[in-house]
Amino acid sequence: MATKPMRIRAAAKDGVTEVKALIAHEMETGQRKDANGAVIPAWFITELSVSHNGKVVLASEFGTAVSKNPYLAFKFKGGATGDKVAVSWKDNKGESRTDEVAIG
Amino acid sequence: MENPQKKLACLLAVLAVSAPLGAQTSDKLMEGINEYREALADGNPSELVAAEGEELWKLKRGPKNATLEKCDLGLGPGVIKGASAQMPRFFKDTGKVQDLETRLMTCMETLQGIDPKEVVNARWLKGEKEKMAALVAYIVTESNGHKVKVDLNNPAMKKMYDMGKLAFYYRTGPMDFSCATCHGDQGKRIRMQELPDLRTHEGAIAGWGSWPAYRVSNGQFWTMQHRLNDCYRQQRTAEPIYGSDVTIALSVYLAGKANGGKVVTPGIKR
Repeated sequence: MATKPMRIRAAAKDGVTEVKALIAHEMETGQRKDANGAVIPAWFITELSVSHNGKVVLASEFGTAVSKNPYLAFKFKGGATGDKVAVSWKDNKGESRTDEVAIG
Repeated sequence: MENPQKKLACLLAVLAVSAPLGAQTSDKLMEGINEYREALADGNPSELVAAEGEELWKLKRGPKNATLEKCDLGLGPGVIKGASAQMPRFFKDTGKVQDLETRLMTCMETLQGIDPKEVVNARWLKGEKEKMAALVAYIVTESNGHKVKVDLNNPAMKKMYDMGKLAFYYRTGPMDFSCATCHGDQGKRIRMQELPDLRTHEGAIAGWGSWPAYRVSNGQFWTMQHRLNDCYRQQRTAEPIYGSDVTIALSVYLAGKANGGKVVTPGIKR
């Protein structure tokens, strides 16, 4: 299945950049059953990282406790208007996606 | 021996905890919940659904292989900005009062050649109904911040309004519930969810103005038709047919009550 694009916003202010990312993902826990009683297989993001101009500023491990379509907001030191911020994730099915945005 | 003063303090503390219905305590709880809601609103996943809807709006689909870009939502062909805040409205070409979803069905039929039955008969959030929800998310996002403006002077609209009022107070089902049973009193709530008093302008805009919405707890985007259908389901009565007159009549009634209020669609719910 094709992955859906993320919505990322990044804004720099007084030397600190705030990143807000809305990630489209099912985040299925593997504990739920469908209408026929069959278990819906687990499908969730396992790793997520954010880089600023190619340098990793946030690395994280995700699990089934994270909601569907997760929202992530954080700040890092540095960053200037026009710099690139890229968010990438990998899930337990081996799918991955990276989206990039310029700091505004 | 225990210090009597300490004992009194303990007793008072117990009293404070055991009075959760006290106005102050519930205000404080509500404050906490409102904070949570504000935090949620910052990353409303409706954006993701709306992005899909925008693609669908511009996608050539159906037997006629056409886009919806010429769809007239009441403000002229292709005009989306503010359109859903002024719906339901009377459409001359169909001779009917239509809400956003039934209007979109008309557009899908006339422009794209998609049979409305495909939408009506689809299951919620599946097939054509899932596509409908995406389109709705896109369109209502473009009305965020606009004011509700429905014309109740139009005779067809007035008729729908009156019918909607009847439907609102009509008690039915094994529990003998009407819409007004839950939504006809000030300050009611279910668990920690306040129930807006839909008889008043304030209540109507809180309800009508914040749907369609994304529900965080189940990760689903619900249209107004879906919302109204679920009210009937919770009444334990017959669920209305998708886009049927009663759903539109209720929508006109709510929108009429909410007239002039500010729309915050798509909403976000716990």
